[in-house]
Amino acid sequence: MAEMTDTKQATGTLASERPPEAAGRGDAGDVSAGGGWDLAAIRAQFPILSREVHGHPLAYLDNAASSQQPLRVLNRVERYLREEHANVHRGVHQLSAEATEAYEGARRSVAAHAGTRDPAEIVFTRGTTEAVNLVASSWGDAFIGAGDEIVLTKMEHHSNLVPWQLLAGRTGCKLGFVDVTSEGTLDLDDYDRLLGKRPRLVACTHVSNSLGTVNPVREIVDRAHAAGALTLIDGAQAAPHMLTDVAKLGCDFYAFSSHKMCGPTGVGALWARRELLEEMPPYQGGGEMISDVKLERSSWAKVPHKFEAGTPNISGVVGFGEAARFLADLGSEAIASHEDALKRAVFERLDEIEGLHLYGPREGRTAVFSFTYGDIHPHDLSTILDQRGIAIRAGHHCNQPLMDHYGISSTARASFYFYNSPREIDVLCEGLALAAEVFGGIA
Amino acid sequence: MIEPRSEPPGTIDREIPSSLNQLYQEVILDHYRKPRNKGHLDGATHAITMNNPLCGDVIELMLRVEGGSIAEARFLGRGCSISLASASMLTGRVRGKSLEQALELSRKFTHLLHGEGALLSDDDLGDLRTLAGVSKFPVRIKCALLAWNCLEELGDGTDADGGSG
Repeated sequence: MAEMTDTKQATGTLASERPPEAAGRGDAGDVSAGGGWDLAAIRAQFPILSREVHGHPLAYLDNAASSQQPLRVLNRVERYLREEHANVHRGVHQLSAEATEAYEGARRSVAAHAGTRDPAEIVFTRGTTEAVNLVASSWGDAFIGAGDEIVLTKMEHHSNLVPWQLLAGRTGCKLGFVDVTSEGTLDLDDYDRLLGKRPRLVACTHVSNSLGTVNPVREIVDRAHAAGALTLIDGAQAAPHMLTDVAKLGCDFYAFSSHKMCGPTGVGALWARRELLEEMPPYQGGGEMISDVKLERSSWAKVPHKFEAGTPNISGVVGFGEAARFLADLGSEAIASHEDALKRAVFERLDEIEGLHLYGPREGRTAVFSFTYGDIHPHDLSTILDQRGIAIRAGHHCNQPLMDHYGISSTARASFYFYNSPREIDVLCEGLALAAEVFGGIA
Repeated sequence: MIEPRSEPPGTIDREIPSSLNQLYQEVILDHYRKPRNKGHLDGATHAITMNNPLCGDVIELMLRVEGGSIAEARFLGRGCSISLASASMLTGRVRGKSLEQALELSRKFTHLLHGEGALLSDDDLGDLRTLAGVSKFPVRIKCALLAWNCLEELGDGTDADGGSG
């Protein structure tokens, strides 16, 4: 993965916080090259990984949909709710001060994860989807007009597609789509062709949620800027696996979600360059986002509060911040090293299975695997694997245009995270063998 | 290394769980791999396409109604074994019925999927009874009902009292 900052390796933090619970399936085997990666200790941080499903130890391989939360995050949220809760930025009393400090402390942690030194460039949202909608509504309505071009790609998640369709409906702007190659990478020649139309914005995913493709964001951004376009990067599938460095990426907007990176659901972040946030109008009106309110008009709070109308999801934000610190303590190099080893092992094992077709590139990708298996429909596969405690996703993965591109309606998707074990790859393969047996062979 | 508890360490559990055997009966897989009445229906009097937006499955159901009864039913579409087998069986079971009778069958089938065991002895359901195993997999009920939702929509179009099970 190209865009990764240097961080410290996994430290003793995990060992010192290791809870007494057993780690469940997959405690054996350290597939990472370096020392300091204690998979059993890491798994023990995630209580849910030791539960059973249908009488089998859970093998959770649906991390691209949502990741699980470690004790550190669960405990931090509970402590906030038990001891520190009040509304933020309002009161002068002690609890309000503590809640505000917890909330703004989380903003600093999330800013560090995104790679910005200025926490005011982090706007908390309900998630990646709301972050994209915020830009499409606020920036889009203010600066986009009829006939303007916006460039997207054919591998966008619906959340980085539909908000722009809505903007096109409101303003009459036009949408162009970068083609995807048969390997599942972006066709950069097609991209250049679209840039020739002098678009105002390029909105592109960092990592494909179904193919795992890691897009060359720096290249995409540089070419966009040379053509006079701003860039929005959907980081939902990247932020969990690598420390983002928005300065190195060079982009203008970056959106990501808490719940895919070990944090709670219902919270995410938009990073944007401060001058862009300052010139954008508010997204929603209400309390928290104002400076001065008269009956006829109001003035706005400074960024980022201008974009955070109403009482926010404070406990969610606090958990988000703890998740960012948890990932920083693990170290993105250590995470990448373990995930790379898992990825190689998955390729090795799935390549051996006759009738199994893997989508996406072999290199430059994350450990999310979309596949089809003979004539067994992904839903049937998912049902059968579930009976063995294996959680995968089946469907179009909010990627209908991409599925159309490949001429399929759905795939099965197994997505791994740093707490997954080599043993779980074996279990997946055993589950696939069972599916073949249930269907009386692979046609 | 922790193994699944239901088996001795070091072996792979090859036994198919009974719930899966009930769900994926041979009859169902046969309808999935060799669907009956699949293809375009020339001279259709009724046709509708419905999809399941969550999974992308699509079924187009076509009927030719003559003299008040369904002379022929065919379907097109894509989907899982449950949705396609259900559509295939539907086209066979509704032939010769009035729309009203077909809707009555739809209601019975829906109740069967929701676990009404008494319907297992209802001959009117025929092969559809092999889909009763779906009741153990609530998230798959919508798959089994996709073609039937088409039928109900068509029935609603011509018969205000169509009902929806």
